[in-house]
Amino acid sequence: MVMEIVCPAGTPASLRAAVTAGAHTIYCGFADETNARNFPGLNFQRDEMRAGIAFAHDHGAKVLVAINTFPRAGDEALWHRAVADAESCGADAAILADLGLLDHAARHHPGLRRHLSVQAAASNADALNFYADTFGVKRVVLPRVLSVPEIAAINAETEVETEVFVYGGLCVMAEGRCSLSSYATGRSPNMNGVCSPASHVEYHDQGGVLDAKLGGYIIHRVGKDEPAPYPTLCKGCFSAGEKTTHLFEDPVSLNAEQLIPQLQKAGVTALKIEGRQRSRSYVAQVVRNFRAAVDALEAGRPMPEGMLARLSEGQAMTTGAYKKTWR
Amino acid sequence: MSPLPGQIPLFPAALAIPLRMLPLAPMSLALTAFSRSIARRHPGLFRRLGDYDRTRFVLDPTDLPFVIHLEPGGGTPRVSLARGGGDGAARIAGPLAALLGLVHGAFDGDALFFSRDLVIEGDTSAALALRNAIDDSELDLSQEMTFFCGPMKGPLQRLFAQIEKHSGVSLTRAEENGAW
Amino acid sequence: MDLTVGPVQFFWSAERWSAFYDDLAQAPVDRLVLGELVCSKRLPFFQDRIPDAIATLTDAGKEVALTSLALVTLKRERKATGALAEMGIPIEVNDLTALAHLPEGMPFWVGPLVNVYNEGTISWLAGRGATRICLPPELPLDSVARLARTGADLGVAIEVWGHGRLPLAISGRCYHARMHGRTKDNCQFACEDDPDGLDVKTLDGQPFLAMNGVQTLSDTHACAAYQADALADAGVSALRLSPQSSGFDALCRLYRQLLDGHLSGDQLVEAIGRDETGARLSDGFLTGARGVDWSGKAMSG
Repeated sequence: MVMEIVCPAGTPASLRAAVTAGAHTIYCGFADETNARNFPGLNFQRDEMRAGIAFAHDHGAKVLVAINTFPRAGDEALWHRAVADAESCGADAAILADLGLLDHAARHHPGLRRHLSVQAAASNADALNFYADTFGVKRVVLPRVLSVPEIAAINAETEVETEVFVYGGLCVMAEGRCSLSSYATGRSPNMNGVCSPASHVEYHDQGGVLDAKLGGYIIHRVGKDEPAPYPTLCKGCFSAGEKTTHLFEDPVSLNAEQLIPQLQKAGVTALKIEGRQRSRSYVAQVVRNFRAAVDALEAGRPMPEGMLARLSEGQAMTTGAYKKTWR
Repeated sequence: MSPLPGQIPLFPAALAIPLRMLPLAPMSLALTAFSRSIARRHPGLFRRLGDYDRTRFVLDPTDLPFVIHLEPGGGTPRVSLARGGGDGAARIAGPLAALLGLVHGAFDGDALFFSRDLVIEGDTSAALALRNAIDDSELDLSQEMTFFCGPMKGPLQRLFAQIEKHSGVSLTRAEENGAW
Repeated sequence: MDLTVGPVQFFWSAERWSAFYDDLAQAPVDRLVLGELVCSKRLPFFQDRIPDAIATLTDAGKEVALTSLALVTLKRERKATGALAEMGIPIEVNDLTALAHLPEGMPFWVGPLVNVYNEGTISWLAGRGATRICLPPELPLDSVARLARTGADLGVAIEVWGHGRLPLAISGRCYHARMHGRTKDNCQFACEDDPDGLDVKTLDGQPFLAMNGVQTLSDTHACAAYQADALADAGVSALRLSPQSSGFDALCRLYRQLLDGHLSGDQLVEAIGRDETGARLSDGFLTGARGVDWSGKAMSG
């Protein structure tokens, strides 16, 4: 089986671009707090979702609807409605993280396939099997804390499909279990679907030195002409003891392109690309390259060499936790 | 994707000089009319701006001697040109070619920002909303021009032709599947 | 309200660990959660001390539970998590992996690192056997109040983070090891030198976070001095105090006095400010615009 390319779409235009570029599957969310990329100007109204899913289905692609924040006490109805609407819009699956919401979906929408979001941080076979047995979860998006051998070990012990991130932004922390953003800004991935939100970002350019602040804390300071990373908390430059450096992670993004054959051997079903906040052109380009890679792998041809190098210009890349030395 | 440093063409300085003489008031009227023509054909763009559909934006083509004020006006936009820095809640500055490349989907906003070809100041959230809304609307300014009519069409077409000729940037939407 | 002492989040020597719990046997706290939360590599250093500590504390009339690890990935971690269920005392689940090993219907507690944000999740956990839930520290007071009512309806005791550095994130990567240029597998236990975590500051010297191996905590110590009454009114049944290396015994007494009405919030904060640790305080997750905010007077230092 050719590995499934699961591609982000922050807008209907991106969805169409990704489908046209060869994505097997698109994931997207409603334009509210129910999904973990609740950014200004992004995501789908109900009518857009319905039309987007119809477009994808017409072109033989699937659509997964991410409803992967944790419902706010007293407002669970908003999340319940999102699950119901995903089903009625024709979604191929909902991507969920919250125990209560999984339970609700399993009981009230048994016909809607359930995937476990990376936000649930299920990081071993026991946890995967628990979600499968308890809530009928068919696929788990693995947290970005595992090495390739660990992923292989998990797949050897479970029937659940696994999906792993191969490209784009990289969380250093176990996703769904991080409150760094709400500590500094009051807005968090779990509750609001945002991390290090743009509304709390300030840039100060003084004589070519650019300070990027989040919630009043300096996260980066770069000189003239140096690349200016977005001030994501965990990729900031801080001091501890005698050291001043990127203590948690460098401002890098994930590129596991070279590891695709190993991930296939490890039993991974689907390869996920991060970036619902990126433009339709970026999405199309990345999809095209990954689609070429999995098609080559399937046909027994060598992987296209360095195919994504030009996508990474100016930004450092890492294979993240897939190689054990990352830890 | 993210253009290499120096890859984004700059509007030639010598050719930018005559633009200093550009009569701003009539040009502003023309651009406002043009933007309203676009707005009629792309109402979704304004819906996507959400809370920012009345925010005043400053678009600063750093290689041209004026800035562009954009007020979405909840779907009845107003565009005006001004000398100097301009004022607004959010400012997006970069070479004209970068700004046009964003509109046409040739460039990725994050990538331009990381490479510092694009500088955002003020309300970052509003700037993001504008970028995302424009990216979704799949605008093609050349095509929009063919739908636009009225007395101001002539001067605007001449300005666009000059920009196209000298900026090295097509005013036609890039195909996502094309190589660039 | 009761007082619960959470598990030690940091890497302490076995001697310090044992002495800490010996002292707490006399402290006015109702229950304690023991065991290793953050890193499985630390456990062998003190695990043979755990049975004695359990005995001492239960003899002193305290309720005792054992925590699961916060992030379970390795085979030996899965085994250790499974073995917890056989210890004969309640398990505090801090990673759902532990649930997979608990026989259906066996009562358990839920720790602050499990995402319990809403009524549906509490109901599901209660149905599965949860009898006590410490809510995630990130929850605002109005959510806490709603969840406390749900807990009361379902017979689940609801607990709230009362004092201590906030556990903000957990990772597969060890930051202490990374800082010392080592891999996690060869960390040489760099975190042992920082019994309350290592201070992380911004480039302009602002205290911000604290590093603790694979865990990241807040620089500030959360302090619910000013919310204690509201939490009690909302039906919250316990405040959780998180162990720190010095003055913890005194801190427990101060909070007991607060809950008994013998100290005001201001007096508690003033007393904390007088201790030698110089901790900065926060209560923003409960009532502020952001977690780091503090509703009391500006602290010196």
